[in-house]
Amino acid sequence: MFTKILKRIAISIPVLLGVVLAIFIMLRIVPGDPATTMMGEHVNPAVIEKISREMGLDQPLYIQFFKYIGNALRGDFGTSYRLNRNVAQIILDSFPHTVRLSLLAALVAWTIGVTAGVIAAIRQNRLLDRLFMGGALMGVSMPVFMTALILQYVFAFKLKWFPVSGFDSLQAMILPAIALGWNSAGSIARMTRSNLVEVMQNDFIRTARAKGLRENGVIVRHALKNAMLPVVTMMALQISSMLSGAVLTESVFGVPGIGRLAVNGIETRDMPLLQGTVIFTTILIILGNLAADLLYSVLDPRIRESA
Amino acid sequence: MNDKIEKNISSQIGEEDTWLDKGKTLVRQNKIAAFSALVILLILLAAIFAPLVAPYDHLEQSLADRLKDPSAAHWLGTDELGRDVLSRIIFGARISLTIGLVPTLISMAIGTVLGLCAGFYGGKTDFIIMRLADVMLAFPSLLLAMVVMYTMGGGLVNIFIALSLVNWAGTARIVRSQTLSLKEKEFVEAARSMGVGKWTIMFRHILPNCLPSLIVLFTLNIPAAILSEASLSFLGIGAQPPSPSWGLMAVRGKKYLFSEPWLSIAPSAAIMVVVLAFNFLGDGLRDILDPYLKEQ
Amino acid sequence: MCTQTLVLDIRNLKSHFFTAKGEVPAVDGVSIQVPAGKIIGLVGESGCGKSMTAMSIMGLLRYPGKIVDGTITLDGRDITHLRPKELAKIRGNEISMIFQEPMTSLNPVYPVGRQVQEAILLHQKIPKEEAKKRVLEIFRAVGIPEPEKRYHSYPHQLSGGLRQRVMIGMAMVCRPKVMVADEPTTALDVTIEAQILRLMKQLCDEQGTSIILITHNLGVVAEICDYVYVMYAGKVMEQAETFSLFEQACHPYTQGLLQSIPKLDEKVEWLHTIKGVVPNLLHLPKGCSFCTRCSQAGRRCFEEQPGLYETIQGHGVRCFQYESGVRLDGE
Repeated sequence: MFTKILKRIAISIPVLLGVVLAIFIMLRIVPGDPATTMMGEHVNPAVIEKISREMGLDQPLYIQFFKYIGNALRGDFGTSYRLNRNVAQIILDSFPHTVRLSLLAALVAWTIGVTAGVIAAIRQNRLLDRLFMGGALMGVSMPVFMTALILQYVFAFKLKWFPVSGFDSLQAMILPAIALGWNSAGSIARMTRSNLVEVMQNDFIRTARAKGLRENGVIVRHALKNAMLPVVTMMALQISSMLSGAVLTESVFGVPGIGRLAVNGIETRDMPLLQGTVIFTTILIILGNLAADLLYSVLDPRIRESA
Repeated sequence: MNDKIEKNISSQIGEEDTWLDKGKTLVRQNKIAAFSALVILLILLAAIFAPLVAPYDHLEQSLADRLKDPSAAHWLGTDELGRDVLSRIIFGARISLTIGLVPTLISMAIGTVLGLCAGFYGGKTDFIIMRLADVMLAFPSLLLAMVVMYTMGGGLVNIFIALSLVNWAGTARIVRSQTLSLKEKEFVEAARSMGVGKWTIMFRHILPNCLPSLIVLFTLNIPAAILSEASLSFLGIGAQPPSPSWGLMAVRGKKYLFSEPWLSIAPSAAIMVVVLAFNFLGDGLRDILDPYLKEQ
Repeated sequence: MCTQTLVLDIRNLKSHFFTAKGEVPAVDGVSIQVPAGKIIGLVGESGCGKSMTAMSIMGLLRYPGKIVDGTITLDGRDITHLRPKELAKIRGNEISMIFQEPMTSLNPVYPVGRQVQEAILLHQKIPKEEAKKRVLEIFRAVGIPEPEKRYHSYPHQLSGGLRQRVMIGMAMVCRPKVMVADEPTTALDVTIEAQILRLMKQLCDEQGTSIILITHNLGVVAEICDYVYVMYAGKVMEQAETFSLFEQACHPYTQGLLQSIPKLDEKVEWLHTIKGVVPNLLHLPKGCSFCTRCSQAGRRCFEEQPGLYETIQGHGVRCFQYESGVRLDGE
């Protein structure tokens, strides 16, 4: 088990490095001089040269890369050019907002998603199933910003139940969390249902029935745990889509989270800031994948043993 | 057990599906999927013949008609520059559908070739391609597209390029795994033993067998690409004004959300309808063509 | 037969499958009598309705399959149309079942001990500790080595034979009146098969449980069954005490089945086979369902359906050749 964890961690290190390298290169293969791209065409060439030197952009790419990695390992992601602050510090300031938003959204997504999925599976091919699954596909198909805009219009503006924007109170976070979680709820519901329906075909379900369990008992005690195992893996995918969605939700509700930082980074052409946020986010996602993988192997006795 | 008995009985009474049956099944059993195909066709036609279908020119401004409520003259009202929202949505369908179809086709072509090579050659080729795919899949695609947009600047053409380059990894994975199992099949062995060339085997013998999955995947990747474009444009790093991109319309209408909600909701709803139609169709096709893809 | 008390009495059971192409009479008027403490064999080719009969008895048949006629009486109580709640109380308690696939019949994510314990707790209000003790007892009884250790094992850690022992333990732990065993040894090695059969026989004797053993293997029947029913295309073709059936098989189908068993003391070039295939259940012959494959079929066999006639006491045959006997099924 322990060696398995180590092995799995060892595999993610090259991916991690690859991701950092990819972002690093992509931000620097700008046609022309990166510093010019950052500052714009109309800036004094002398200023651009100065910036270029300050940021080490005049050095060969591989030296820049190793320097960056070295600094990053010490927690230094460079200095934001526009905000003139340590990027790591900026990220750490915004991060709690995104975490709170995402956790709340995950809560929404999992509660709604799993409940709807289970009900749909129990009522397979009946009206309730069709309704829930249609709703789930609609959830998946709605652009995150649409959900956000509708919620804002109805619940914040018309009904005045929640503040229009903001991020300081739990109440202000509820609408953004629902907007963000709605989408994931759809995919979780779909996956829960299809897994459950599939698990119900298994021989051991027949055994459970033959034992004298009633249908609800069969589902809750024997099918659900088996069905939820792959859904755990899906948590990893959800982290990724949540963080993507957070960019949009934060933009609609004015939450100063990580997503807003990335958008700012692009809008103000602040490369160190964009680079830092994207790398930070991606590392989070890779770690999330890792955690989900490990969790899966802890939960499933078959994999737990085979290590 | 019940299913086994059922299967047994089906085979005993000779109940087997032909391809024609499958087509009929889609229309009969999955009416929503069939209906979605119709909706997509209509939207496609509206996009192609937009100048004929749209009541106004989508760029025509009329400051006297700013921010008008929906009326007989303007079914979905007008925006802050007095442009007809319905006409802009119809013209916007061109953008969404092109973004949905072309970059998806390009990225899937890249993914298919890489997946075929990885699965067929194995070894180092496989290792390198699949590790690259791992790296690509580790990014949330929106962030990745954002990085590309930073480098290349905003604009629809760049979204086009970004989405073409970003989304190949998923296809590569699926094609690779199918190639791996197809490679061992008798008909491939037979072709190989007759001295058929590697590329011929890959493209003439293996690829056609991946087609059902690819068709399904294509249908399901289109809405993802459409959503990406809409999101990038919504964030202001995609299409630039005065483009009638739905995402851009939504974000520009956001300012007037509390007074003229249709300005942002209508284009958002257009995105949802198109995406939903493709998703329904993809689901329906998957059930019929490729039950094995269900897991993904 | 009549002198013994019947624990399970199935009369004229008809279970049909409702498919797109029509109603399939998978079980068509089957009557089976199970005396207390006896082992009843139910023999036939795959697709003859054996499993369907078993699922009907257990009340596990689900749409598109349905019991359309007949009665199932367990210990004097008609259980044919019980409500799901009532059926669940009987299942696993008074009547239990083991299946062909020991590899997949246990839930992979729970330890096997817990799964057996669950069967007890479902039907008896006893403390968990007590139930665990009972599980260990039954594990010992079904010959599972190191029961304490195995209690916490997951299914994938056990061999097929051990898993089937667990299944038998689960089926026997509430001391049911009847246990339905659907091809319990088909998936197992021959050596393990003998052990499992012996175990079932022994438990049956000790606990007085009756067993309905479904199999396509006449060798297995000869080994442990007291009474045999031979099924073909949803109908019972012949029924007899085991020795009587092997002594003098009457129905051409049974004779064919017996001839197709390889014998060690005879040298033959080819194994005997029954010509033709099992008929399409949707388009059964008008007369006897076996007529198309029967070497002795006369014109009448194609026109009329034969009844079940008694040749000697307790031996029934569905064939016109024995029409002189008392008719055992209705009409």
